[in-house]
Amino acid sequence: MGAQLRIYRRRIRSVKSTKKITRAMELISASRIVKAQQRVAASTPYANELTRAVSAVATFSNTNHPLTTESAEPKRAAVLIVTADRGMAGAYSTNAIKEAEGLIVTLKARGLQVLTYVVGRKAVNYYKFRNRAVKNSWTGFSDKPTYANAKEISTELIAAFLKDAAIDNEGVDELHIVFTEFKSMVTQVALNKRMLPLEVVESDGPAPAGLLPMYEFEPNAGEVLNALLPRYIESRVYNALLQSAASEHAARRRAMKSATDNADELIKSLTRLANAARQAEITQEISEIVGGADALSSANAGSE
Amino acid sequence: MSDSLLTVEFVTPEARVWSGKAKMVSARTLEGDLGILPNHSPLLGALVDGKVTIKGADGANEEFEVHGGFLSVANNRVSILGEAGA
Repeated sequence: MGAQLRIYRRRIRSVKSTKKITRAMELISASRIVKAQQRVAASTPYANELTRAVSAVATFSNTNHPLTTESAEPKRAAVLIVTADRGMAGAYSTNAIKEAEGLIVTLKARGLQVLTYVVGRKAVNYYKFRNRAVKNSWTGFSDKPTYANAKEISTELIAAFLKDAAIDNEGVDELHIVFTEFKSMVTQVALNKRMLPLEVVESDGPAPAGLLPMYEFEPNAGEVLNALLPRYIESRVYNALLQSAASEHAARRRAMKSATDNADELIKSLTRLANAARQAEITQEISEIVGGADALSSANAGSE
Repeated sequence: MSDSLLTVEFVTPEARVWSGKAKMVSARTLEGDLGILPNHSPLLGALVDGKVTIKGADGANEEFEVHGGFLSVANNRVSILGEAGA
């Protein structure tokens, strides 16, 4: 076998084994999207009930809770960026990071200092590589976040929010979150949302039917709101994490699908080249033999 | 007699734990134990760690542990938002 042909065969083998890997990753992601979607669905009843309860309290009480009041002179804003832990997901993490960059620029234009909180190894590395300060980071659960993860993140964010930004360097006046919304299997959009201060009437999902009843509060509206709002933030963070996880799997599936398709393409064209090389080799051998025989016969003819 | 039963939903962030019709729900709020029977007035309460008992339409008692959470009652619809219910 000629050198040319051997090289082609080697490349085909290597592309084939890469294809096996990308194909496996594609299938794994495809099955995980379904699970991630189910988890989003499982968390919706809680989120809906909570939204109902928050709007009920907000409608029927005039309590000025620190989590709902806007600071007159905001000084500092926190941005939570949700990205993936692993790559191989196309532009998934890059899109979220870009969205965050845009948001940070707008916040800075408003004269705010920005503290970044990041989720996912991709964003951590991005910030580390550029030597930019990160207030805190969480990694290791981007593809399967639990409520405990969301709670951990929100606890820290709420604590930062409750500190007075005017006197405390750790305190923030606004809290934004950047995550990737899972619209469908093919569409995922990186977007940013302001979580705090809360815009009180927000209708995520179906609006509560009809008028809200006059609630009695136990022990009182202020206390209930106190306990309710942190839960609300947690559930919003949890939802953002779950949607991001679903988007991550979808993005990975798509990236791996095109990698597999590309590998197929490559194998096809390499096979053509290998065939041509083999044929060229055979042609050469034949012409060598014919040439050799010719030379021999003409040498014999000369000696007679 | 569907109006004499409560429609109960017990949900946690990760899943819906229990849903169905019930005769009575009892839970412990910040102010103390609370029992809810059908036609209770609208109420929103903060729960403390403890047990939530749901007496189902068939009379069977279901008990759940909650670690904080809420209870909202309106129009014979009870929703219990527990954290880490089991």
